[in-house]
Amino acid sequence: MNKLWIWGPLGLFLMFSGLAAYQLTQPKDEFVQSTMIGKPIPDFDLRPAHQDRPGLAIADLKDGKPKLLNIWASWCVPCIAEAPHLEALNRAGAEIVGVAIRDRPADVARFLAQHGNPYTRIGADDLSEVQLSVGSSGVPETFVVDGNGIILHQHIGDVRAEHVPMLLQKLAEAGA
Amino acid sequence: MMRFILAILSAALIVMPASAQQTLPPAPLAYEQLSDPAQEEAAQALMETLRCLKCQSQSIADSDAPMAGDMRHQVRSRIAAGEEPEAIRAWLVERYGDYVSYAPTVSNTTWPLFAIPLLLLIVAGVIIRRRVGKRS
Amino acid sequence: MAAELGLAALWLAAALSVLQLIGGALAQRDTNSDLAKLVRPAAVMQGLLAGFAFLVLLYLFAVTDLSVKLVAANSHSDKPMIFKLAGAWGNHEGSMLLWITVMALAGGLIGFVERRLPEQTMQATLAAQAFVGLGFYAFLLLSSNPFERLPEPAMEGMGLNPLLQDIGLAFHPPTLYFGYVGLSVAFSFAVGALLTRQVNPDFARAMRPWVLGAWIFLTLGITAGSYWAYYELGWGGWWFWDPVENASLMPWLAATALLHSVSVLAARDALRTWTIMLGVVAFSMSMLGTFLVRSGILTSVHAFAADPERGTFILGLLILYIGGALLLFGLRASSISEGDRFSVTSREGALVFNNVMLSAILGIVLLGTLYPLLTEAFDVRVSVGPPYFNPVGAVFTIPMLMVMAVGPLLRWRQDSFTRVKWPIIISAVVMVAVLALVVILGSYSILADLGLAVAVALGIGSFMPLRGRNLLRVPIATWGMVVAHFGIAVALFGMASESAFSEEKLAAISVGESTQVGPWQVTLDAVEPVAGPNWTAIQANLGASYDGGTSIELTPQSRNFWAPPQETTESVLATRWNGQLYAVVGNEAGDGRWQLRLWWKPFVTLIWYGGILVALGGLLALIGRVKTDLKRRYVVKRAGDRRAEAAS
Repeated sequence: MNKLWIWGPLGLFLMFSGLAAYQLTQPKDEFVQSTMIGKPIPDFDLRPAHQDRPGLAIADLKDGKPKLLNIWASWCVPCIAEAPHLEALNRAGAEIVGVAIRDRPADVARFLAQHGNPYTRIGADDLSEVQLSVGSSGVPETFVVDGNGIILHQHIGDVRAEHVPMLLQKLAEAGA
Repeated sequence: MMRFILAILSAALIVMPASAQQTLPPAPLAYEQLSDPAQEEAAQALMETLRCLKCQSQSIADSDAPMAGDMRHQVRSRIAAGEEPEAIRAWLVERYGDYVSYAPTVSNTTWPLFAIPLLLLIVAGVIIRRRVGKRS
Repeated sequence: MAAELGLAALWLAAALSVLQLIGGALAQRDTNSDLAKLVRPAAVMQGLLAGFAFLVLLYLFAVTDLSVKLVAANSHSDKPMIFKLAGAWGNHEGSMLLWITVMALAGGLIGFVERRLPEQTMQATLAAQAFVGLGFYAFLLLSSNPFERLPEPAMEGMGLNPLLQDIGLAFHPPTLYFGYVGLSVAFSFAVGALLTRQVNPDFARAMRPWVLGAWIFLTLGITAGSYWAYYELGWGGWWFWDPVENASLMPWLAATALLHSVSVLAARDALRTWTIMLGVVAFSMSMLGTFLVRSGILTSVHAFAADPERGTFILGLLILYIGGALLLFGLRASSISEGDRFSVTSREGALVFNNVMLSAILGIVLLGTLYPLLTEAFDVRVSVGPPYFNPVGAVFTIPMLMVMAVGPLLRWRQDSFTRVKWPIIISAVVMVAVLALVVILGSYSILADLGLAVAVALGIGSFMPLRGRNLLRVPIATWGMVVAHFGIAVALFGMASESAFSEEKLAAISVGESTQVGPWQVTLDAVEPVAGPNWTAIQANLGASYDGGTSIELTPQSRNFWAPPQETTESVLATRWNGQLYAVVGNEAGDGRWQLRLWWKPFVTLIWYGGILVALGGLLALIGRVKTDLKRRYVVKRAGDRRAEAAS
């Protein structure tokens, strides 16, 4: 007991130091990962965010064809950066559906005119309902969804050139 | 967070049309209370224990971030629809993991948070008995 | 030129602390060697030089010398003078310089005045102080030189973070640093005493003013910080259990425990090793707090100057000092006897109870703060917040506060409960009565109701040590204890009342409309743009009337700063004796309506008045102790003189 009291504090302190030192070497993970991977997307039905494209509902994700679900917004700067890579994915045969977060139709139209439109459908998520229901915590995020509406993969942040083959691979695994 | 910093930096660097900023009004129940005081109280109590995912360590009840507003809307509308607060918490935890809730529950990863205070209580009792039990 | 002078002074001070360390170490062999005799003068000179360096930095900020990197990065020629000066410590390098300056001045002061302890212990203490100081000099001079010049002077400064352009926040960090540094002196005393094995009441008396001083500053710092968060963050919360807030609370908890155990050691020569341990723990909590805040390894709303590289350096210092001290403790503790024993029902018994409870609370805050860090190592992210800290902390806090109401009535060494039967009964009756009353008033929150009951009982109990005494002859230090304990009761009452009876109103109203929150009627009279020195704002003109009384004008703002660009909400407070109305203006809600956030918080101000009372109690105790010490020193000197006369 006496020994414990004398050396215990040093032991606890060394444990803390080890932990702190380890954590300092680790890059700080600022992203909140979705815990919905492997689970089906809950029901939703969004009105169209843009006149040229239909809106998005859960039935569209259960049509048997794997898709990329891209969560974005016209006011989001990294979304501009990822636009060309979404185009590349589109050219490679990926079907991309969009969810526009808190956006106005006019802003969506201007964004798509400027940066291209890789989407087959765009739903307007004015209350972040779909975003919350798939466990996304920011824009842009891209989910790989299989033909039955089950989430297979979450990509946080903008899609860059090096992510394109990886996302195509995930789609292929899903049977695209 | 990185995306947030990036967004701010780029916003400062790239001159963007002012209208391209986020201008949509907040969700209806983000800044509006429920008419039933008991429901509002339940919603408020829950919101104070949910973490704002876009912020630096703030609850959704303490944040002006749009996403926090949308989460408040979710909480209030679900409470108004008669859902139990703990069911709403469970719904969010299912999506974001334990991180979204400030109220840890006893689980595989959090049991020491409760075991250690219990241990402290026992140790405190033992120390007080041992140290002061003996007279000079 | 000025910047170079400051840097030179800093290098000289660092060199002197090397001398102080070596001299102090050699003194452990021969206390009268030439180098050992230099220890005290070196400490004094080091203090003066560091003080000079800090004055130079203040001067550079006052004249906005843009050829200095730190000034260019953190100041702006348009800023009001007070914020220019505050800019000197509102950044990493400047705050480190302030830290080292206060530490060197404290070392100089003990070197100059402290004569009670054996010379060898003093030399060991000053060597420890120099050892701690050297680490910070190295940090400052090698990796964060505040006097670094730019190759080309900047055209204009970058400005100070707008959130920091606030009078409360300008003085909040330095207040905490004074507290941290005071604890570093206590740490040095503890290490000095461990080295020479001289743990006795004299040691406790020498250490006590520093613990008291540190504790006063920590109390004020936490109180001010909490008030700042309350009115600046704009949501009416005053404590969030945020990692940075916890980082300031933990040293306070340790210092509070140390303060009480040092009193036992001074009065009764008991709790020797425990006091040493707390001395080490209290400073380690200061260092840990600095580490958590600066390294950025925990996510915080108050993140400030976070940088992993600095974190590495501070962690290195932490391991060196705290690890070293704990190792020394392990080696020496068994050779220091426990000191006198006492019965469970005695003043010491109550103080031990207090110490154990405070340590347990400290343990819980530490656990809850660091736990997310632990799980992240296994890639699991969790959040620990108020729903954890409040109830788990209360399990230990409430019994502690109950013992606190009667503990000061007990006699030293041995007493019986029957002697203090009546105060115990009165306290219990008061608690039950208040509990019944608040439940009738409609508050069903267990923690808040218990808090109110304990607060009232403690408020009454805190004055009981004065009963039956001639108030004019009560020692100042006793008054200090009474005031501080009463302050805790006052603060607790404010916290519990805020939690039990606050009312919130979120409204979107047009100009001319009104809304109701608690007993207040608030009318939106106008919304207008306002321009400040470095910001523009939207201001709402509100008319608020309490319970149908005359209307007072409130002007909350939503400010946009332009250097650097940032948006802040400026809340306004209408303070009455029985609480505060808290008003914030938010965004436009469409069709000419504006978002208003209003709170009525009964007795919320007592939280901070309580904090000020606690600090005032500490100040009274400090004055009382120093006065007694001076008197004793005078008596000893007179006796010495007389003996010398008699001998001749």
